[in-house]
Amino acid sequence: MSIDYSEKVIKHFFNPQNMGKMEDPDGVGTAGNIACGDEMTICIKVKGAAGDDRENDVVEDVRFETLGCAAAIATSSMVTELAKGKTIKEAKQISLKDVAGELGGLPPIKMHCSNMAADALHKAIEDYLQKSK
Amino acid sequence: MSKKKIYLDYAATTPVDEEVFEAMKPYFCEKFGNPSSSHQFGKETREAVEAARKQVADFLRCKPEEIIFTSGATESNNLAIRGVTAKSIGQKKSGAGFVPHVITSSVEHSCVLNACKTLEDDKLAEVTYLSVNKEGLVEIEEIERAVKSRTVLVSIMYANNEIGTVQPIEEIGNLIKRLNGSRGGERSSRIYFHTDAVQAINYLDCDVNTLGVDLLSISAHKFYGPKGVGALFIKEGTSIARIQDGGGQEFGMRPGTHNVPGIVGLGEAITKIKNNESVNENIERLSDKLIDGILKSVPNSKLNGSCKKRLPNNVNISFPGAEGEAILLALSFEGVAVSTGSACASSDLRPSHVLVALGLGPADYHSSVRFTLGKYTTEEEIGRVLTVLPGIIERLRKISGQA
Repeated sequence: MSIDYSEKVIKHFFNPQNMGKMEDPDGVGTAGNIACGDEMTICIKVKGAAGDDRENDVVEDVRFETLGCAAAIATSSMVTELAKGKTIKEAKQISLKDVAGELGGLPPIKMHCSNMAADALHKAIEDYLQKSK
Repeated sequence: MSKKKIYLDYAATTPVDEEVFEAMKPYFCEKFGNPSSSHQFGKETREAVEAARKQVADFLRCKPEEIIFTSGATESNNLAIRGVTAKSIGQKKSGAGFVPHVITSSVEHSCVLNACKTLEDDKLAEVTYLSVNKEGLVEIEEIERAVKSRTVLVSIMYANNEIGTVQPIEEIGNLIKRLNGSRGGERSSRIYFHTDAVQAINYLDCDVNTLGVDLLSISAHKFYGPKGVGALFIKEGTSIARIQDGGGQEFGMRPGTHNVPGIVGLGEAITKIKNNESVNENIERLSDKLIDGILKSVPNSKLNGSCKKRLPNNVNISFPGAEGEAILLALSFEGVAVSTGSACASSDLRPSHVLVALGLGPADYHSSVRFTLGKYTTEEEIGRVLTVLPGIIERLRKISGQA
């Protein structure tokens, strides 16, 4: 079953982007849990825009750390790529479909990994918005 | 995927031995008769089936008529469990309302566990699932404590498919003999003893008299025979009902036209097990090399199961901080085929019930990898695994931030 991944999933699994720890992140989000086998943490660095509307702030850097299967690693990598350089408003809209779609699809049983990646990103953004209130 | 393929999943299945395949060949196109037919075509294949029955009986040290050919271990195990419990219900003088009791362990193969579960759901039996210790061993005293007056069957596997732990079958056999002695030896009040010997057959003594078993399941594809054929030893006098209806094949116990090439292959394959002591010693040496090599070269790696009471071909190791399916995929890109107990690699997203039963935590069972060796495994292959594995684990631990 694990062999049924798209080439893009395999590529991200073997060469994950934006992996590792981040010094002083502006927002941190964690999804999944070890009991299920997958745990994902996403950290973001945000550059504040002028004015009071934080929605226009820009996600300058994203990092992930993931304990999980190939799909979990690949979706983490992909979600960081998708979020990097986006405004908070844009990044909030990144969905599990976007992540799976960009990866050329995921086996049905692995769709929850995609969900997890989007979830971790949204939590990181939420954390940033809370902190910057 | 151009790298040389290294197969280390012999507990899942084995390749058919060339000589076994040769023995099977004539029974597809030339000798195709139905063994139940009275003419010459039937006689020819009937003789082949009976010769195979004798080969199996010689190996297990029983009478040929105590061997029933089946479609494999799943069927053999179902026949043993459902057949013994069903017959016990019909036999009791108390008649309606008798609920037989079955004792098994929490680390059995899913076909045993699910057969038991269905019996419970259908209110056809009460089942006790014995826990195991952290090495995966059933405690004999636990069996004795679990026995009730309604107990009709104890089903404990000989060796575990995931962690290779070898159960004390002979001791359990002795216990059951003793318990039956004190029951007065009446057939209708006997406890029968079944063992699933699928993983054990290549490596351990399967003399049914020594083991003291009444029923024993085997499957050809685990010992270099073909898939889709197995056998169940049923000791003469065992009170058991058939579980499917049809013609009178297999002494009425397993109706259905014989899988003649498969049965011939099973018979041929089992005779080859007898003389492979040196092969088994080599497998054990290579397994030890793999275990030692991994534990030395990969920090924080742990052997699952028992150090001493384990099959010589089984190596099950956890690599906390990495995840099993990811390790499996990375190894597979190096040409190495293994299996894992991680939930992420299973079709129901549940972790291995065996590793959970050992009391392992999620970090350990999701990171477990099973390497099972076989007679074609070479020193070079083990060396190659030891070369690529540490880097794979290190990389995955970096990704998880647990390096």
